[in-house]
Amino acid sequence: MSAENHVNESILSDEIKEHQKKNRIDHMTYLPDMEVLESDIMDQVIRAMDNYDYDKYTEADVRRALAHDNRTPEDFAALLSPAALPLLEEIAQCAQAETKKHFGNSIYMFTPLYIANYCENYCIYCGFNCHNKINRAKLNPEEIEKEMAAIARTGLQEILILTGESKKKSSVEYIGEACKIARKYFKVIGLEVYPMNSDEYAYLHECGADYVTVFQETYNSDKYETLHLAGHKRIFPYRLNAQERAIRGGMRGVGFAALLGLDDFRKDAFATGMHAYLLQRKYPHAEIAFSCPRLRPIINNDKINPMDVHEAQLLQVVCAYRLFMPFTNITVSTRECARVRDNLVNIAATKISAGVSTGIGSHVEEIEEKGDEQFEISDGRSVDEVYNDLLHLNLQPVMSDYIYV
Amino acid sequence: MTNTDKFVLGGHEFDSRFILGSGKYSLELIKAAVENAGAQIITLALRRANEGGMANILDYIPEGVTLLPNTSGARNADEAVRIARLSREICGSDFVKIEVIHDSKYLLPDNYETARATEILAKEGFIVMPYMYPDLNAARDMANAGAACIMPLGSPIGSNKGICTKDFIQILIDEIDLPIIVDAGIGRPSQACEAMEMGAAAVMANTAIATAGDIPAMAGAFKKAIEAGRTAYLSGMGRVMDKGASASSPLTGFIQDQEA
Repeated sequence: MSAENHVNESILSDEIKEHQKKNRIDHMTYLPDMEVLESDIMDQVIRAMDNYDYDKYTEADVRRALAHDNRTPEDFAALLSPAALPLLEEIAQCAQAETKKHFGNSIYMFTPLYIANYCENYCIYCGFNCHNKINRAKLNPEEIEKEMAAIARTGLQEILILTGESKKKSSVEYIGEACKIARKYFKVIGLEVYPMNSDEYAYLHECGADYVTVFQETYNSDKYETLHLAGHKRIFPYRLNAQERAIRGGMRGVGFAALLGLDDFRKDAFATGMHAYLLQRKYPHAEIAFSCPRLRPIINNDKINPMDVHEAQLLQVVCAYRLFMPFTNITVSTRECARVRDNLVNIAATKISAGVSTGIGSHVEEIEEKGDEQFEISDGRSVDEVYNDLLHLNLQPVMSDYIYV
Repeated sequence: MTNTDKFVLGGHEFDSRFILGSGKYSLELIKAAVENAGAQIITLALRRANEGGMANILDYIPEGVTLLPNTSGARNADEAVRIARLSREICGSDFVKIEVIHDSKYLLPDNYETARATEILAKEGFIVMPYMYPDLNAARDMANAGAACIMPLGSPIGSNKGICTKDFIQILIDEIDLPIIVDAGIGRPSQACEAMEMGAAAVMANTAIATAGDIPAMAGAFKKAIEAGRTAYLSGMGRVMDKGASASSPLTGFIQDQEA
């Protein structure tokens, strides 16, 4: 299986391929309804990534980076380089010390709630993509409330609301209603939905949401174009500037991620870190978070895998984020198994989900129209199980560390 | 420590001069830490209070301890005021530590917004304890606005770097007629002792204890250090030379024709 087609073999029919060839729009040109920011962040990120030559770093560079109190982008580059891999144990110990300094033993718990899986995008590695034949569903407000009530009963206080990326099926107002319901049951509300304009983020902030995560997937725009064949998501710069629009819309915090395994993971992780770093310098009040997702199998394609991002590389990336920006939250998703997640929160991650389903309507029995999952999870532990496992690791589960003001 | 040496804060008297933080460690350890610390005041981020929920920090604070809620999470004065009002409702305490931070990297407090919040909350009857960067003018503004004490930082919060701002804290101790409580950055008992020797009225510490190997034992070590520093301060510190030693025959030693 080549790197080119490992994500898409079983989904792409020839018919669809032909259609896409004819209809692919320019991925670098904004669509009419998209807000264009006056911002040079994207250019800076892409330039830094293009100039990143990870093979030039040596063990001495890595050791120098580890010895620094405040780490520079150059240190970050060294920590992500192949030269750092043999020093992974030292790096992990250093990362753990930074995590303890900034977070003590606190680990935040949350769960994602998928309220709809309709999607207009055609991202060939994603289970929700519009050509994948899965059961589609969208919860109505009563169903959202039932799901949220059920989740709240598990003791969680933080919820991450997700939709597929269809503004038609899941309008900003619809997501806003979900936020308002969530305010009744949860203290912390995050969003992982399609990128939108800053006034729309401002509206959702008013509805109660305060954190926005957008996965850029890959920062290599040429690769991006081959993976995101249709829909709004195809527009690379609009997605990349989502976090800045969210901050301008009044959101307290923003999350960043590259989907590791899509392209050169070192370059993507470097770009992700630089993106967060530059935005934090521009908006010092913004809270920054990283996710470190690796590719997972999806319905109708069980061959999708994270390629060369093995556990060691994943740990390297997580530790590099921690050492570069020690004050940030790092989330570890159920794409990873319990063993990997428990070890990552013990070293550098600070946020873990529990009681997770990536399907629609999975938290209560009585919802009849259920939607299929976005990807297969690897850690099916309940909230109680994760909670108790954290205690056994001498970590303190924290349900809320936030006030909506 | 003699019983007559009371720490007076907003009209309340305390025997202990150690204010303990409650963040970053296991809830089960809070009680033991408070006991070993001999602390009578414990701070609590209101945003950590999880009323009626799992892992609610309020359930772990021992009885009889004065709760000092802080406004962490506030990015400006208005948000601090809202959090303070909420904290009064939830914790039933008039004490409030103002934290206004809009810098996610160093978590340095904003003195201007902090003074603004101090003024509003003091008028509402709160016992206002502003956490601030040690600047004399800002401290005067906060004192004039009705603060009950001033809480300058020793170094960035959580850094355990010690009292990097020592000279400026000394100025506050010398010039401000309110208790000066050194907050943030104190990483070891010796540094807490140093703050007390300087004349600080109390010391607040959290991360130094939370990240220790044995949390209750470290709380006990801080207690002793703070008491030692206080006793030293009250005893009148011995002089300290700026440079070199002190010559036994200084410049006037040549004089021989002294009157008998």
